Amino acid sequence: MTSRVEHPAIKSLCERLDKKGYRVTFVPVDRKGVLDIDYLYDSLTDDTAIVSLMWANNETGVIFPIEEISNVVRQKGIAFHTDAVQTVGKIPVDVSQSNIDMLSISGHKIHAPKGVGALYIRKGTPFSPFLIGGHQEKGRRGGTENVVSIIGFGKASELAANHMGESINRVQKLRDKLENELIRRVPNVLINGDRDNRLPNTTSLSFEYVEGESILLMMDELGICASSGSACTSGSLEPSHVLRAMGVPFTAAHGSIRFSLSIYNTEEDIDFIIERLPPIIGHLRKLSPFWQ
Amino acid sequence: MYSEKVMNHFSNPRNAGVIKNADGIGEVGNPVCGDMMAFYIKVKDDMLEDVKYQTFGCVAAIAVSSIVSEMAKGKTLIEAKSITKNVVTDSLDGLPKEKKHCSNLGAEALAKAIKDYEGKKSD
Repeated sequence: MTSRVEHPAIKSLCERLDKKGYRVTFVPVDRKGVLDIDYLYDSLTDDTAIVSLMWANNETGVIFPIEEISNVVRQKGIAFHTDAVQTVGKIPVDVSQSNIDMLSISGHKIHAPKGVGALYIRKGTPFSPFLIGGHQEKGRRGGTENVVSIIGFGKASELAANHMGESINRVQKLRDKLENELIRRVPNVLINGDRDNRLPNTTSLSFEYVEGESILLMMDELGICASSGSACTSGSLEPSHVLRAMGVPFTAAHGSIRFSLSIYNTEEDIDFIIERLPPIIGHLRKLSPFWQ
Repeated sequence: MYSEKVMNHFSNPRNAGVIKNADGIGEVGNPVCGDMMAFYIKVKDDMLEDVKYQTFGCVAAIAVSSIVSEMAKGKTLIEAKSITKNVVTDSLDGLPKEKKHCSNLGAEALAKAIKDYEGKKSD
């Protein structure tokens, strides 16, 4: 069992399992990206093998109540995995206070070197190694360790833990300023996701009637880096499956932009975006047949 | 990813806008796939006196619209009909593979606008 808004790392795997004949339940979300927990609980059956849910969504930052869900899942004797890649380093995560059996994290999200991650496995949870053929990590993962990256990941984790308070306070203020000012200066902007229940550093904005890739390239020329949920950036014809699962209209989903802030962003960065992004949207809307 | 020519047309789109009382209008694409174009033409003595467009789409879609309008303006209707997808791609010094189908709608929209004009004329 999983959700409709997972990162492709989980989504594609579940879709493949589905094709192979496993029964996979994709739990829906509402307009704000909030998980339908009743649907999830009602769908748990005696032969449910595993529940895998992201702790926070990578596009909208919406947080799922993972600790609560892990308790219910544990009571039914079902294994529980969470993709906490977006969450660790942003908000407190404590596996000793939950019933999570497995938790995945990725180094690059907390400024560690790219290409290093970790899988937490609670003692006693049965698993089979993903890579066999080596005695490394007590046979749990074959292959020579990438020591430099592992050390970098360790240090990055330490720094992220030290900066946790700053992430929650200062970064959230910057993110909120960015959103509020863009809403004030640009008409027809939607914020995707439950504003009251999100990671402090993420915002997904839809600029109706324009296309995300065009916005990205114009921002890129100014040195502003962001990402988009438009079809063009994903190389497919469909825009973001996350925004579609939330029921965001096509014309808005194609014009979605995600900003991910970090503790290394400054107030000047935010002021620069607030100043330079509205004219870009204005320019692109002038070209758009949907904008009258 | 994009050629300099694509970026040039994307950054400074030529002939963008609407022609009021256009002699022909051609719309292609849809908002679902994220690319939509409307071409407007003004015809005088079988010549495209003015060509304008509106485009919702990615960088490639905007650049395609711009260069098609530039190539078509001042041409006879027969000449304009020879502007095909491949001609457009070549004029832009190529397009990324995945953009050739979804975003290269300019020639089609122009052809549709000309057809619209010819249909009205024969009525």
